[in-house]
Amino acid sequence: MMTMFSHSRVRLVGPAVLALATSGCAPAILDPVGPVGAAEKTILLNSVGVMLCVVVPVIIATAVIGWWFRASNRRATYNPGFVYSGKLEVLVWAIPLLVILFLGGIAWIGAHDLDPAKPLKSPAKPLEVDVVSLDWKWLFIYPETGVASVNRLVLPVGRPVHFRLTSSSVMNAFFVPRLGSMIYTMNGMETQLNLQADRQGRFLGQSSQFSGDGFAGMRFETDVVSASEFAAWAARTKASGSVLDRATYTTLAKPAGNVAPHTYGAVAPTLFDDILMRAVDGPSVMPTHRDAPIPASTEKR
Amino acid sequence: MLGKLSWAAIPFNEPIPLIVSIIMVLSVVGLLAFVALKGWVPYLWREWITSVDHKRVGVMYCLLALVMLLRGFSDAIMMRSQQALAYNAPGYLPPDHYNQVFSAHGTIMIFFVAMPFVVGLMNFVVPLQLGVRDVAFPTLNSVSFWMTASGMLLINLSLFIGNFARTGWLPYPPLSELAFSPDVGVDYYLWSLQISGIGTLLSGVNLVTTILKVRAPGMSYMRMPVFCWTSLASNLLIVAAFPILTATLAMLILDRYLGFHFFTNDLGGNPMMFVNLIWAWGHPEVYILILPAFGVFSEVISTFSSKPLFGYRSMVAATMAICVLSFMVWLHHFFTMGAGADVNAVFGVATMIIAVPTGVKIFNWLFTMYGGRVRFSVPMLWSLAFMVTFVIGGMTGVLMAVPPADFVLHNSLFLVAHFHNVIIGGVLFGAFAGYTYWFPKAFGFTLDERLGKAAFWCWLIGFYVAFMPLYVLGLMGMTRRMQHYDVAQWHPWLIVAAFGAAIIALGIGFQIAQLAWSIRTRDRRRDLTGDPWDGRSLEWATSSPPPIFNFAVLPDVHGEEAYWHIKERALGDQAMPDEPSYGEIEIPRNTPTGIITAFFATICGFALIWHIWWMVLLGFAGAFATFVLFAWRDNAEFVIGAAEVGRIDRERRAARAIRLPTREQIA
Repeated sequence: MMTMFSHSRVRLVGPAVLALATSGCAPAILDPVGPVGAAEKTILLNSVGVMLCVVVPVIIATAVIGWWFRASNRRATYNPGFVYSGKLEVLVWAIPLLVILFLGGIAWIGAHDLDPAKPLKSPAKPLEVDVVSLDWKWLFIYPETGVASVNRLVLPVGRPVHFRLTSSSVMNAFFVPRLGSMIYTMNGMETQLNLQADRQGRFLGQSSQFSGDGFAGMRFETDVVSASEFAAWAARTKASGSVLDRATYTTLAKPAGNVAPHTYGAVAPTLFDDILMRAVDGPSVMPTHRDAPIPASTEKR
Repeated sequence: MLGKLSWAAIPFNEPIPLIVSIIMVLSVVGLLAFVALKGWVPYLWREWITSVDHKRVGVMYCLLALVMLLRGFSDAIMMRSQQALAYNAPGYLPPDHYNQVFSAHGTIMIFFVAMPFVVGLMNFVVPLQLGVRDVAFPTLNSVSFWMTASGMLLINLSLFIGNFARTGWLPYPPLSELAFSPDVGVDYYLWSLQISGIGTLLSGVNLVTTILKVRAPGMSYMRMPVFCWTSLASNLLIVAAFPILTATLAMLILDRYLGFHFFTNDLGGNPMMFVNLIWAWGHPEVYILILPAFGVFSEVISTFSSKPLFGYRSMVAATMAICVLSFMVWLHHFFTMGAGADVNAVFGVATMIIAVPTGVKIFNWLFTMYGGRVRFSVPMLWSLAFMVTFVIGGMTGVLMAVPPADFVLHNSLFLVAHFHNVIIGGVLFGAFAGYTYWFPKAFGFTLDERLGKAAFWCWLIGFYVAFMPLYVLGLMGMTRRMQHYDVAQWHPWLIVAAFGAAIIALGIGFQIAQLAWSIRTRDRRRDLTGDPWDGRSLEWATSSPPPIFNFAVLPDVHGEEAYWHIKERALGDQAMPDEPSYGEIEIPRNTPTGIITAFFATICGFALIWHIWWMVLLGFAGAFATFVLFAWRDNAEFVIGAAEVGRIDRERRAARAIRLPTREQIA
């Protein structure tokens, strides 16, 4: 098992090391900052390791057999009668079957352990965050403190987070690569996701389901801060005064790309459920082709 | 009068599509004028356009695929260069255009390159391998091809009249609904696929019937070459899966045209149902593409190893297992839509199970080479490259079948790298192997080896340089379909990927050069015997190119590798088998039914896209009238006399008799 694992390290971390050399940090998926991402990384590397045990020999065998039995090699024995062997047949069905049996176990257990809807094991009470994907921005509502934030997700370090997610119009997918699991957001439907960040810092968040012209600009910052900083941020936001009521939401939901992060100190109490139940005016029509192109702005936020 | 169509549909203010359109229109008009001036029109009309000969139809399918490969690859170059430039910059393609480019790239590469390529190879090869004169329904075959061509024409029209879909190659609602995609882009997508989809379905029915009902005497199922088996599996999948595509797209059409609510956000529509249905077609579709490629590799590896295929019965079992299993895994395309753990786990494990028969195939190909005399001709090089490349692509595929791994890799460039790894490394390499392998059978001369090898190496190296960085980018968290980005670490990898695409472009250049050079020098590369590779199945028993009736006398099959045994006997006796008694042969007459139906279908589709209702009626009525007129035709065949059949076949026998003592040179 150790050798399998080291194989996988060579294979997958090889490019990672290269990336490190060119850019100074490892690929996001292989450098997770939370338990979900870490578990997924382990499963990913283990699965690759198990498969490489078969894949590498097959690649080598293709090269060696092909070369040795080249027509010009007079030392190779030509044996055109070698067309069937019961023992080999058993072997060629057994090898992939055993690998798949093993991987199937990993998949089955992993799918249950890491089910996005399954609460994380933690003594702390999860932080609730309601997520709405808009055209083309992200709205994060914190029902406990009654504040909301656009294009910036602020999370306390070390505390599990329970997300409820929906979409104001088309499909999107919520994804912070270094935290782990992504999940789709869909209009009129609620999906759930449980994540936790164990390291402070600013991480990239994005939509991973294409959603139209403003898709590439649909980025958000994920700021993981200490518990006290988080409380301070919530209090500061609450004091700021701006209100996200139904009218403000309707304006916010209008298609627009590359929106700078901003916050709301108060949120209409049932806003998320109203959006979910389609009881609030969302966007009904996107700009048509050529009428109102979305500027491909790349301004740094 | 003209529905939604107006001068605003022509992209006068967008230089890139405008220039491309002008170049395309000029080259098509130029080509047509050239053909007309040369006086080739009657020949083309008589011998190709109206032909119902499966060989001609097969060649036209492959030609269509090769031409569209150039179009699809141009899109690929645009995407790779845009992403190489668009770090903290808008690049040169605005989102509006970039989104059309990747949507068109995927749609074209799957529906108008990969599909016609494998359908063309199956059309050409299957009747020859079965030892028969044509497919079960020759005219239907021609109609199928021209319907595909009609869909292709519509998708290309979108380049300069209106615009194409900006929704990705599978138009997920609600984005593809009228509310969010009000322009004609999605309609172009829908109608071109509906029309070409009819062609594909008819072609599937045709080949299934052919393989089940039209085989040479003695050609029992367990004596069929593996390519026929994989074709059977692939066409069974077409017959079972394409109606799902047609129905799903029809529902989206009803939503967009008549205000239905199958997939809308409002009034009880359910967009997830579209995703569910489209993948119930979409996953079998990838096996529709890869199974014939597996068949090509089986033929090529066996022929160029000078050995029968190892574990024939295992190969057949594996093929049919894949055929059945491919219908049970579609949900793995949306593990991240929030299905429960049990559902995800079941579909994850089901997906992995497909790796078992696929693994068996890989091992059997290895054992086929073992103990053989491997000749590294171009088709064999593609096959060896496939074996190495495909196990990597298969591995990343099984990896993404593990739901927790998919939770971080789904929709990333890792996914993009994976499916290009299996579609280029599997389907396309298979198509190129088949193209090189059967080219001399189709045209009577071989393709140039040196240019073929140059093309091969460029493709192989270019593929790795272009797509391995995409795996890394996926692990870095980069999502697909990004028009621009601001993560510095992604940039170098995207530049490398663009460089890889340039190497592939070089490979395509070599392929064009290979074809042109081989045609120029065809007189010194003639295949006179009809068996240039020392083949083992019946297509090599006839001359190159085969006569219109394929076989003067239908071969009598006594075992697996039908032709190999005939050849062994002739070589042992140092004499050709006794001359058979020739009889007259009935051949189906050529008919313009296919192209006329497709002409009206194109008009109908174009009118539907632009809401020109009178023209819709005209197109539909025209297509229907063509069909009725064809049904009324009572003089459907002509007869080639026994003397003429005998004359043609004696030429073939004479050419072979000369080669009888030279077996050692071949082996």
